Amino acid sequence: MTVTVLHQGLLTTIQDLGRYGAQKYGVIVSGAMDSYSLRIANLLVGNEESEGALEVTLFGTSLQFENDQLIAITGGDLAASLDGEKAPMWRPVLVRKGSILTFKSGTKGARAYIAFAGGISIPQAMGSKSTYLRAGIGGFQGRALQKGDTFDCGEMNALGLSFFHQLKARDEHFTWSVNYKPLLNLQQPQTIRVLEGTEFNRFDEQSQQLLFTEPYTLTTQADRMGYRLEGTTQLTLIEEFELLSEGVTYGTIQVPSNGQPIILMVDRQTTGGYPKIGQIISADLPSMAQLQPTATIQFQKVSLEEAQTEFLKNEWLIEDIKRGIQLKGQRCLTKN
Amino acid sequence: MSHLMKETTMKPLGDSALIVQLGEGICPAIHARINYLSMLLDEHPFDGFIEAVPAYDNLTIYYNPYSVYLSQTNRTLTPYQQVCVYIEKLSKQISEKQGSEKRVVELPVVYGGEFGPDLAYVAEYNGLSIEEVIQIHTENEYLVYMIGFAPGFPFLGGMDERISTPRKETPRLAIPPGSVGIAGKQTGVYPLETPGGWQIIGRTPLDLFLPDMSPPTLLQSGDKIRFVPISSDKELKL
Repeated sequence: MTVTVLHQGLLTTIQDLGRYGAQKYGVIVSGAMDSYSLRIANLLVGNEESEGALEVTLFGTSLQFENDQLIAITGGDLAASLDGEKAPMWRPVLVRKGSILTFKSGTKGARAYIAFAGGISIPQAMGSKSTYLRAGIGGFQGRALQKGDTFDCGEMNALGLSFFHQLKARDEHFTWSVNYKPLLNLQQPQTIRVLEGTEFNRFDEQSQQLLFTEPYTLTTQADRMGYRLEGTTQLTLIEEFELLSEGVTYGTIQVPSNGQPIILMVDRQTTGGYPKIGQIISADLPSMAQLQPTATIQFQKVSLEEAQTEFLKNEWLIEDIKRGIQLKGQRCLTKN
Repeated sequence: MSHLMKETTMKPLGDSALIVQLGEGICPAIHARINYLSMLLDEHPFDGFIEAVPAYDNLTIYYNPYSVYLSQTNRTLTPYQQVCVYIEKLSKQISEKQGSEKRVVELPVVYGGEFGPDLAYVAEYNGLSIEEVIQIHTENEYLVYMIGFAPGFPFLGGMDERISTPRKETPRLAIPPGSVGIAGKQTGVYPLETPGGWQIIGRTPLDLFLPDMSPPTLLQSGDKIRFVPISSDKELKL
């Protein structure tokens, strides 16, 4: 169950749902930028949804499989090909011994996830397999994958085995796939829903309106730590004030004194001292994570009640997807 | 400058976190109450509680709204409201009792030159000489209020306002590990290379982040520290 990295591409790291419990020591959460896609990739191969998987950024990554292996590819469409043919996404896929999986370019979205049945066999660091690049801990030796790296996969569970044997017997890919569209928007430009931030009222009236009317451009300074945005007008405070540093979270929109917003992403610092004008709702963070630099973003104001309702709705959708996948697995079992 | 609030106030930080305010400003008494509430939460977590991060005058509580929803018997409340009710109740148990004896940690620092590129600006901004800034920065004992921003980064109270300086307008993209900085009325040390907007006045050779240890940081909330000037950059082993 060994996988070899032929080309590392732009940035490929091992991520799970993040490292929690040590933010009070300043240890960042990390984890998958698009957590919905990571969870579904794991569910499709029978793993726990929190298992570690590969996060592939935009293009250039290429892997070779030393054994027959069940995998699932989800997230952005990065023109994945399997031995030269289009690799199916959002379903369990059997990869044959010696096969090569390549991600050519970001067709739609920015990040793809590859889950391996049985998970990736690496030790956890501080309770998580996520790679924390700046501190050099977690993931594959605390760093991004490089050409020549190899890693092993664990033992498949019953659901993984059922897909594995069914695919071996039929000798072609499954025709069914998970409908991700209610959970994830891969279109550009995109409308992103936002709550008023904790310092929203410290900004002048014009800035409060601009946030929700002006289109913003995602600059090339956009990585796992944060997205720097650019608008035509600066966001300004009613009066300057020095904010004490305090907790921030994924999707916090902070405004440094140059007046251009920064969105905090998964590798964000645990605390921040810039005024927070807004907060992206959790349900839209995976779609946000899939934007490519130069994309246009339009913010739309919603209430906390709506945001939490959307959060719950998406959890129910994932529950439904999980049940659906289990049923497919049971059908395979009965056919065998 | 600071005052305790007997009432706890809460405000949402998005749909999966909230901030509990227990006072306003930098003050050891407020800090003690925040650490107390943080300890109470660790001992009596609610369903859906993820973790809590103490700051100077507030505590940020991270939660999973779905788990909170599932734990509700009364579903007329939103997950946010449900957590607020819980915290309101829990915060009534905060006692004014002082914590145990504080330990004092000494941090050696090379001030100025290539290790402290903003030292001259801090001096100029405050109408002081460079030597005066160093003297003022090293003569006080500082209380570690919180660890944040980067692993092991201490936010310290007790800095003399004569050397306070605003953050840089645009954050630097990379600040070397060990850098000692000033931002407004705060001072702190960078454990890892990160971007940041603080004015950098010096550098320490000590490691602040110890990922293989538990807890994983040299300094913890509640410690006291003292900066000790060292002159030789050989001591930095850079």
